[in-house]
Amino acid sequence: MARKLMIVDDSNVIRNRITRGSTRMDFEVVATATNGLEAVELYKQHRPDVVTMDLTMPKMDGLECIYELTNLDESANILVISALSDKATGIKALQLGARGFICKPFTDEDLFEALDEMLEGN
Amino acid sequence: MKEEKLQVFLEGVQKYFHQVMDPEELVVGTPYLVENTVPSAKDFTGVIAISGKNKGIVYFTAPKELLERLLILMGEREITESFMIDLVGEVANTIAGNARSEFGEEFEISVPIVLRGAPDEILLPRKDRSFVIPINWKNRSAAIVISLRKP
Repeated sequence: MARKLMIVDDSNVIRNRITRGSTRMDFEVVATATNGLEAVELYKQHRPDVVTMDLTMPKMDGLECIYELTNLDESANILVISALSDKATGIKALQLGARGFICKPFTDEDLFEALDEMLEGN
Repeated sequence: MKEEKLQVFLEGVQKYFHQVMDPEELVVGTPYLVENTVPSAKDFTGVIAISGKNKGIVYFTAPKELLERLLILMGEREITESFMIDLVGEVANTIAGNARSEFGEEFEISVPIVLRGAPDEILLPRKDRSFVIPINWKNRSAAIVISLRKP
């Protein structure tokens, strides 16, 4: 059975790229959100197996959203996909409960590997 | 801004474009300084406001044809103006975000603001100057422009 994926990113182009890449890996995209606020509501409705999370977004940014989602579900599988490439931000995301981090720009292979690792970790 | 810091943006541009195209097709030109009274701009411009330790803006400006081609190379089926606007903002966000590997988390970046043409004096202080990194790809010219005040 396909795993449920939720994509959180304010860019259409990136949401489409992740959708195309993930469906080739037996994921079903059950929801897409353009900011953290939308993501929290959609998470409650869909309970996805994996969430890809941008960090720089309007209304509620990714770090705050990770905090909210892990409060809601401590076993949430969150993969950060962000352009913010400094170590401190990566560490902060992991401390808040993210389980993986890939940096933009990313290749399809980077995405496959990261999603694969998330599934192996379960 | 020192030369080695400019290098971070130069590498960011290369990294972004090499992801989708043959590296030999992309020519990153020598950076130069311009007065902000004559900002460099093409059809669409994605602007990132910088705050924290550094203050200013970083923007990516590109012609329509280059953005169309990039969308196709990225596998996008919808080659519309709204996707070009989205892409120009995303490129700016990625290049500014990647610069935090050098500047650290105090280099705070905003969500992208997308404009048609050039940023005006509201975003670009007229008394300052900007570094322009020109990019040429198959005779289509774009640029990354960095306008940062000394901390």
